Amino acid sequence: MKEHSSHSHSASLPFWRKYIFSLDHKVIGVQYAVTGLLFLLFGFTLIMLIRWQLAYPGQPLPVIGHLFSEKMMVGGIMLPEFYNQLGAMHGTIMVFLGVVPLAVGGFGNYLVPLQIGAPDMAFPKLNMMSYWVYFMGGLIMLASFFLPEGAAQSGWTSYPPLANLASSGQTFWLLGMVFLITSSLLGSVNFIVTIAQLRADGLSFFRLPFFVWAQFITSFLLLLAFPPLEAAGVLQLMDRLAGTSFFMPSGLVVAGEQLAVSGGGNPVLWQHLFWFLAHPEVYVLILPAMGIVAEILACNTRKPIYGYRSMVYSVVAIGFLSFVVWAHHMFLTGMGTKMSGFFQITTMMISVPSVIILTALALSLWGGSIRFNTPMLFAIAFLPMFGIGGLTGLPLGLAASDVHLHDTYYVIGHFHYVVAPGTIFALFAGVYHWFPKVTGRKMSEVLGKIHFFFSLIFINGVFMPMFLMGLAGVSRRLYDPTQYAHAGSTQPLNVFVSICAWLLALAQIPFVLNFFGSLIFGKKVDRNPWEATTLEWAAPSPPPHGNFDEVPAVYRGPYEYSVPGQARDFWPQHMAKEN
Amino acid sequence: MSTAVIRYIDKPHPVTGVTNAKLGTWCFLASEVMLFGALFSAYVLLRTGVSEWPHGSQFLNVPLATLNTLILITSSVTMVMSWASLMLKQFGKYRLYLAITILLALAFLVVKGFEYGHKFEHHHFPSTNTFYAIYFTLTGLHGLHVIGGVVVNAYFLFFGKRMWETHPEQFAGRIECAGLYWHFVDLVWIFLFPVLYLL
Repeated sequence: MKEHSSHSHSASLPFWRKYIFSLDHKVIGVQYAVTGLLFLLFGFTLIMLIRWQLAYPGQPLPVIGHLFSEKMMVGGIMLPEFYNQLGAMHGTIMVFLGVVPLAVGGFGNYLVPLQIGAPDMAFPKLNMMSYWVYFMGGLIMLASFFLPEGAAQSGWTSYPPLANLASSGQTFWLLGMVFLITSSLLGSVNFIVTIAQLRADGLSFFRLPFFVWAQFITSFLLLLAFPPLEAAGVLQLMDRLAGTSFFMPSGLVVAGEQLAVSGGGNPVLWQHLFWFLAHPEVYVLILPAMGIVAEILACNTRKPIYGYRSMVYSVVAIGFLSFVVWAHHMFLTGMGTKMSGFFQITTMMISVPSVIILTALALSLWGGSIRFNTPMLFAIAFLPMFGIGGLTGLPLGLAASDVHLHDTYYVIGHFHYVVAPGTIFALFAGVYHWFPKVTGRKMSEVLGKIHFFFSLIFINGVFMPMFLMGLAGVSRRLYDPTQYAHAGSTQPLNVFVSICAWLLALAQIPFVLNFFGSLIFGKKVDRNPWEATTLEWAAPSPPPHGNFDEVPAVYRGPYEYSVPGQARDFWPQHMAKEN
Repeated sequence: MSTAVIRYIDKPHPVTGVTNAKLGTWCFLASEVMLFGALFSAYVLLRTGVSEWPHGSQFLNVPLATLNTLILITSSVTMVMSWASLMLKQFGKYRLYLAITILLALAFLVVKGFEYGHKFEHHHFPSTNTFYAIYFTLTGLHGLHVIGGVVVNAYFLFFGKRMWETHPEQFAGRIECAGLYWHFVDLVWIFLFPVLYLL
């Protein structure tokens, strides 16, 4: 074994090598997390503008309306083109620039090497490159707002032929996606190799914390599902820049004139390639969240996770099945009843392992002596919120009921229950739980609980009414719902949703104050403030370069809490004997 | 300060049997399979979706492509020879074989360039029809992969000596990984050639 060059002289590195172009997985993890949180805030801001238009269509946006350019708002009244840009970019930014970088890039990078007892990721330089490629992709996406015709406006799904004919923002979107795909490719290779090769002695696969398992499967999804979208992106770029017709059918007429393209292409091809990524992507969003929740539940119930092995088998099953469910997004493309039947069956199949994991997590609460601290509150709230999101997905996975619900607000409600009060709550739980490890200080419990309860109330106020609007048949893409007779009856709900969304934004202020305040005023803690068992708590807080004082070895499973006959109610993985 | 090091950089992991770099390369190649697999699927869908599809041999230059196939296969052989020379500790031979590999790759690109130029002369562009669209996209993306391989191999040819002297095992591992990638690029062409030119 040789000394790795990047590890030998860390103390003497200049500032920019230590904190900006760092090779340390912890610095890169924090970079990912902070960038991801900022993008989440930005994506949220975009949708708050949309909420004004939906609640009060045609009325000028007060106070900040006049700050926007003539191409975005005229006299504070949002233009339809800008509305479409906000919608498309909200989805793109939240999924690809916010949640995934925070959940995988942030939490994964920081915690996986610590939880497996490794000094760093397997490829530190690749890790740094992955972050900066992601950063470039983010810059390209942001820059597209300043193009003459604005950002991409064909939805986050970029369906052709609409996206093929859209303005230059779409080209930027595609280029940005190529960067983001490259970044996640580099990251996922790194995660797989790190988890397969760098586990500490004694840390067998069935002794891995569930969070590491979740990241492992997530990495395979990123590795294998993203390339088809890259292929699709290349084809759409060719369509837009080289004049090909991959997604352009013959005889397409736009604005009364036949398009001057060769034709012969197929718009549904894009949908297949896109959803081949985008359905596994849903599991990329949810699996790390489940991992975080499992860690926090075990620690704060002071008992082992219920059915750890069945959860591991389930997460592997989800990984495989997520590759054969994509066309349940496409029941209305006329692909035929046989295809619909197949994807309907696989969709029902994949709900089984998801339910096993959720059930195991819920049963883990049973008989525990629960500590209701802030991370635990967010983690417990994840269970019913994700449950609602998952169960409301069943009618969408069945072709017959999907005919009515497709592309309505019901879909928006379903998906956001999975990702917003689901994944993002879990990510908040993770921030509160591991903040002491990253900074050496605890976050305030009072501010944390204010943040939690108001967020829980208002986030349900935002998404619950969307189910009703969707059942009433309101399309997700209406710029001005008051123009449609069938949407009139649900317009008061739009006002309610918007007010809840703005209050939800206010409810995040305690979090921001808590986050920055605790960096300075937070209570100092030692290395294991939560009395947890996994390896990251064996390292100092914050862990130094190289992570551990001595190379750790592992003697038992990850959740040995309240073991009978033990003096204390937790038995860390790295302790050879009784503690 | 900790003295922890990243393990299995130059020696294989006892359980997985590979070094970090080799496992990483295999993962990367798996993702590449998905990339080209998606494009091949797109080809199949486009072709089966229309009633008439041109025969590649009528529009494309089969003799030139056959020559290119031979060039790439030969370059895969020299790539293996290059790695084998390292295992026999013959650095001079390694350099020779790697240089031949790079030259063959460049020869492939030159032939491909002639083919492209010929198409453009006859006003056959990606926008002409879907057949040329998928032809240029697939071969263009493959060409980019060839260029990538040339860059990587040239780096090892010109800057490899120091690492060979300090970390011979790790360096041989790198050449093996570069070889894996190069064989993959070769293999993609083995699929591209019949699909586009012959079928």
